[in-house]
Amino acid sequence: MAIRCVASRKTLAGLKETSSRLLGFRGIQTFTLPDLSYDYGALEPAISGEIMQIHHQKHHQAYVTNYNNALEQLDQAVNKGDASTVVKLQSAIKFNGGGHVNHSIFWKNLAPVNEGGGEPPKGSLGSAIDTHFGSLEGLVKKMSAEGAAVQGSGWVWLGLDKELKKLVVDTTANQDPLVTKGGSLVPLVGIDVWEHAYYLQYKNVRPEYLKNVWKVINWKYASEVYEKECN
Amino acid sequence: MATSSAVTANYVLKPPPFALDALEPHMSKQTLEFHWGKHHRAYVDNLKKQVLGTELEGKPLEHIIHSTYNNGELLPAFNNAAQAWNHEFFWESMKPGGGGKPTGELLALLERDFTSYEKFYEEFNAAAATQFGAGWAWLAYANDKLKVVKTPNAVNPLVLGSFPLLTIDVWEHAYYLDFQNRRPDYIKTFMTNLVSWEAVSARLEAAKAASSSSS
Repeated sequence: MAIRCVASRKTLAGLKETSSRLLGFRGIQTFTLPDLSYDYGALEPAISGEIMQIHHQKHHQAYVTNYNNALEQLDQAVNKGDASTVVKLQSAIKFNGGGHVNHSIFWKNLAPVNEGGGEPPKGSLGSAIDTHFGSLEGLVKKMSAEGAAVQGSGWVWLGLDKELKKLVVDTTANQDPLVTKGGSLVPLVGIDVWEHAYYLQYKNVRPEYLKNVWKVINWKYASEVYEKECN
Repeated sequence: MATSSAVTANYVLKPPPFALDALEPHMSKQTLEFHWGKHHRAYVDNLKKQVLGTELEGKPLEHIIHSTYNNGELLPAFNNAAQAWNHEFFWESMKPGGGGKPTGELLALLERDFTSYEKFYEEFNAAAATQFGAGWAWLAYANDKLKVVKTPNAVNPLVLGSFPLLTIDVWEHAYYLDFQNRRPDYIKTFMTNLVSWEAVSARLEAAKAASSSSS
C-alpha cells in the first residue's frame, strides 16, 4: 500500500491511525477519510460550504470509522471461525463500507466551476450519452427525476454496464453501492440524495438541489473512468 | 387489528397539538415549519392526488396503509399514506415540557417488560440510533407486552400487527436543522424534553381495550 507523504495535519493523523492499525492487527487494510481536492466552499452556490464540511468531516468520517470497527470485528470473528458473528456483521459492513465507497466516488464526481465543474462531457462518454439518452439534457432530466423519486435515503447513478456495453441510470437505497444492482455495473456519476446532502441549503426541496448539482458535476472524472473501462 | 381514532378518513393535515414554536429550544419553530408545514403537508396532499379516482379514494387512512403495504411488496400509495399517519402520530407523541420518566401503570409495565425505565430508554435509544437511513423507532404493544421496534422509511407497527404507542422520527429532515448529523443528541433531547407520556398512556389504554374486545 502506497503511503502518501503530504504534510497536512489531517493526512498525518490518518497515516498515524493507519500505521498503528497495521502494526496492531494482522495486516487487515483499514481506511481513512480521503481529502477533497477543493475547499469546502468551492462548490458554492450549488452546494454550500457548510454542507460540504459536515458531509465530509462528520458523515463520511463516521462511515470510515464504523467501517474500520466492523472490519476489525470481522477479522476477529473470521479468525475464530465464528460464523454467526461474521454473518451478523454483514449489514454494518454494507452500510458503512458502502457509505465509504459511495462518498469517495461522490467527492471526485464534484468539481468547482473554475476547475471544470459543470462542463459537459466530451469524447467517447459524451457520444455514448447522446446515443443512449438522446442528449446530456435527456440524461440530466432522467437522473434528476429518478433521484427525486427515491423514497427515504439513497443515491442516483449513471453507470456503465461493462458486459452489455451500455450506459444505465439506476438508484440504490441507503448506502448500497451501484454494484449491488448488477455485478457488471461501474459507477460513473453518483448523486447523494440522502437529506444530509442538501437539507441545510435546500430544505425539503430535493428537486432544486438536483437542478443545481449539475453545475458542479465533474464530467472529466466520469469520462476518465468510462474510457478506462472501455479499453 | 390495531387502530387509532386520531386519524380520520378525510386525509386532513391536522396541526400539531401545540404551537410551532412551543417545543423550543428542543425542537425549533423552523424545524416544525418545514417538517409539519412542508413534509407532512406534502404527504397528505400527494396522497389525496394519488388515490383520486382509484378504489382507495375515500377509504380510511389505515385501510389504505394496510392494503398498500401488501405484505411488504409496497404499492405506490403506501409511502404517502403511512407517512401521513406517522407524522400525525409523531406530533401527538410530543408536548411542551414533556420527557423524563412516566409514572403509574405505564411505568409499571415498562419495568415489567424491560426490567427498568433505564433499560427501556437504552433499547429505545439504540433502536432510534441504529435505524440506518430513514425510518422510525417505536414503543409498541402486542400480545399484552410492550416492545421497542425500529422501522425503515414509512413502515410502522400497524402493518407489523402491533399497536403503536410512541414514536420518534429519525429521517434526517426531523433533526438536521437543529442537530445536523448529531442524531444521538436529538434522541436524548426528545426523551428528556419532549415525550408526552400522557399520550402514550392513553394509547396504551385504547390498545388494551381493543385487544380484549377482539379476543
